[in-house]
Formats: sequence, C-alpha cells, structure tokens
Amino acid sequence: MAEQGYNFAYLDEQTKRMIRRAILKAVAIPGYQVPFGSREMPLPFGWGTGGIQVTASIIGRDDTLKVIDQGADDTVNAVSIRKFFARTAGVETTERTEDATILQTRHRIPETRLGAGQILVYQVPIPEPLRWLEPREAETRKMHALEEYGVMHVRLYEDIARFGHIATSYDYPVRVNGRYLMRPSPIPKFDNPKMDRSPALQLFGAGREKRIYAIPPHTGVRSLDFDDHPFEVQKWEDVCALCGSGDSFLDEIVTDDRGGRMFVCSDTDYCGRRREAGHAGPTSRNGEADGA
Amino acid sequence: MSFDIWPGEVLGIVGESGSGKTTVLNCISARLEPTSGTVEYATRHDGPADIYRISEPARRLLMRTDWGFVHQNPQEGLRMEVSAGANIGERLMAVGARHYGNIRETATDWLDKVEMDTGRMDDLPLTFSGGMQQRLQIARNLVTAPRIVFMDEPTGNLDVSVQARLLDLLRGLVSDLGLAAVIVTHDLAVARLLSHRLLVMRRGEIVESGLTDQVLDDPQHPYSQLLVSSVLHP
Repeated sequence: MAEQGYNFAYLDEQTKRMIRRAILKAVAIPGYQVPFGSREMPLPFGWGTGGIQVTASIIGRDDTLKVIDQGADDTVNAVSIRKFFARTAGVETTERTEDATILQTRHRIPETRLGAGQILVYQVPIPEPLRWLEPREAETRKMHALEEYGVMHVRLYEDIARFGHIATSYDYPVRVNGRYLMRPSPIPKFDNPKMDRSPALQLFGAGREKRIYAIPPHTGVRSLDFDDHPFEVQKWEDVCALCGSGDSFLDEIVTDDRGGRMFVCSDTDYCGRRREAGHAGPTSRNGEADGA
Repeated sequence: MSFDIWPGEVLGIVGESGSGKTTVLNCISARLEPTSGTVEYATRHDGPADIYRISEPARRLLMRTDWGFVHQNPQEGLRMEVSAGANIGERLMAVGARHYGNIRETATDWLDKVEMDTGRMDDLPLTFSGGMQQRLQIARNLVTAPRIVFMDEPTGNLDVSVQARLLDLLRGLVSDLGLAAVIVTHDLAVARLLSHRLLVMRRGEIVESGLTDQVLDDPQHPYSQLLVSSVLHP
C-alpha cells in the first residue's frame, strides 16, 4: 500500500507534466537531449535521480516495475529505488523482465529481449557524447545542430592507435535514427545491438545534467566504427559458472586472494531462471581448481 | 583598410604590438566579426561570398576544409590530449574519412612532409618540443589541402635555428602546394623570407603596402622607415 503524505510516485503533478512534456519532445526527436527542470530527489545525484524522475512521471497504478543495477535486482541501488516506488506509488514490483511494464536500469539492458509496450528507463550520469572532446556546452549544441560529428571518431582513432582495437567498452557512442549522436549511458557495448530497432520505448534521464532523451520503438541505433575496424561486442572464453550461459554478459568475480575467480551472468534474473529451468554451469569444477 | 589576396600569394602583415595585425587576421579568417566592412572569399563552387553572410554550416565547413589557421602558441591549435596521428586525422574524420588505415597513411605522409619522425605518430603533443608542436600544427592544417592558411606569428615562440628550419619548411610547402597565406609577424626577417607582398600596419591602419623587397629596401612612410631601421643585427 502506498505511503500516506506523499503525492502518487513522490513528484507533484505539475512536475510530472513538465517531465512528460520533455519526454514527448525527446520521443519526437530521437536522440536529441531535451533540457528539463530536474528536481531534487531524496537520493544523491549520481544514484539515479534522472531515471527516477522519468519513472515517477510515467508510472501508473497498474504498472509493474523492475529495477536493476548493473543487471542485478538485489543490489543497494536497485533495492532502494524499487522500495521507493513500492512505498510512494504502491505499484507492483517484479524481478521477472517480461512481467515488468517499466524497467529502470543502471548500466545494463536485460538479456531477455524486451517486447512492445515495455519501457526501459536508463539512469544517465553524463548525457553529452561530445563532452570529452569539447568542454563548451554552447559549442557542443552547435555541433549537434550542424551534425558535426567527425570529431567523435578521433576518440575511436586514438583507441586503435593505442590498443590496436577500439578499446572503448562501455558508454559506446551511437547514432540514433541516422541523425543525433547519443551516449547510451554506461551500458557495456555488449548491449548496444539490443537498442537497435527494439520494440520497447527507451527513455534516458540525467538528473544532475538536467537532460532527457529517448529512442522510440523500432528506431535504428548504429554504433560508430571505422570501415576497417567494424563495431564488435565483447566475447568471453568462459561460460557463466552458475547457469552455463555462453551468450550473456559475464561479470568477473574474484573469489579468494589466490587468483581464484569465476564468471557469472550480470543479469541475475536471467541467470536465476536458467538455473530454475535446469541449466547448470561448471561451478563445482571451478571450485576444485580453486582449492588446488 | 582594404586589401586583396590572390591564390598562391603570400601576404605578410607587419607592425608594432597593438597595431591590429592579429585583429585583422581574426576578422578575415571568420573568427571575429568586424564591426563594419566585409570580407569576401571566392568559394570553390558559388563564386565570391561575404563570409559573414553565408550560412554558419557553410562557414564552418570552409574553416575546416578550405582554410587553415596556425596559432602562435601550438597548444591553442592542437588537441593536446590525443596523439599526433589523431591530431592530423581530425580534419579528415571531420569531413567524413572512416577508414582507419587510410587516415593513418595520410597522417604518416604528412608527418614526413613536415620533417617529423614518423615513429612519434602515437605520442602526445605534450611530449614534443615547441618546434615539433608547431610542425604538427602545420601538418594538421594542411591535411585537407586548404587554399589559404592564416598564420599568427608562426615562428614567434621558437629559437632562431628552429625558426630557420621551420621557415624553410613553410616556404617549401607554400610553393609546392600553391597555397595562399596571410602571415602576421613582427619579425621583418620572417616577412622577407616568406611573403611576396607586405602590409605595414600602425594604429589599425595600413601605412604602406607593396612588394616585400620594395617595402623593406626602400620604405617610404616614416613609420616603415623607423621599423626597418630598428632591426637589430648581430
């Protein structure tokens, strides 16, 4: 049941309308960063204040919410934001990706493919993709307006010159709908292909930087690359130690101070459900190896 | 003041500090809009155009491709946080080059042209000497084959031996590529070596203009005479 004394989903109705207007504009111009009047939220900047404001503005009483932090449902950030909405909006929460109507995420896209009608809300620390190359805000806006994006490749060039391949592995710049250059928030580049023509609506909220942007359903999202160094996602030699999955994003976990380590799915929901379905990974074998 | 510059011509502007040399350079290179007067440029496709009347995208494209600007202080003209190769490649990528191998090849070629060790390609400009930084800045500007290059005291920060080599290099490049150039300097020797024509400025006005040798050997205006006679000879 919702907590008394707060408006539904914490924000007042006027603020929600303002944020919805910004979202509508963002959806109308895919990838364009719409400035909005970001409010102070009861958590610090950098903890998802942008995402939480977007979620608060679009959530309704019959929505089901899932919150993940680096793919996990059970980390502090995810748990506290989920609880926040359970208390202030009284909505259903879930950990099952396909049951959720709104998914708020920090730094991952779930492994389970999203469907039509679902909304993915990203928490964004720094929305401006050109910031690394151009510190002046007026100048970056002009560059967006005039589509002067060549300079973004300087960064990728620098990667190849130093490491022999494009070493940028997260927050990998993309072109949305062939027009705006966009920062997909610090998701691993492994997740970039999932954004392309996704049937789900994707909303991005940056609270401290006061920007909202969006990728409408079925919109083309292309990761930048060079003709002779095409875009590639990460690959692992291992499979998930718990569920044996070979095609999900794996986190490396150090298990002791003698070099023991294991790779597990970063998406806890995906991993847990695979195990329920009877899949198993090589955990025990790794355990013996670690002990040796 | 009013003056013309023709394709392939090198124009020197000399004068004392505060005479307005750099302001003129900024005005004609679309970096500072003049309060009155016009700057016309013969574009490749649309004939003469006032550079402050054409659309901003068109002007910015000109500045990135047809024009170059060499700053006195190379740190203003370079991206200090990326390698030399990326500095040279930036303009190419800005006009749509998307093939890493080709960009690198062009960058190597240009490092060679400005007489830099191609082994330093992946080093940051911060690790370069002043002369090398200036060479890198020149390569970075010339990589898109501009038609005119604006230079603000290109050798101002360098010691004399480095200056001489850089001047040699500049002279070679300008004549090989058929570049037009406007060079602002307070150093008459630099002006003598590089420029075909010379403007002498004082208090925001051109007091004398003509062929370089003519102005320096037979100055007519009292200020030009003073300027030429105050050069120190070692």
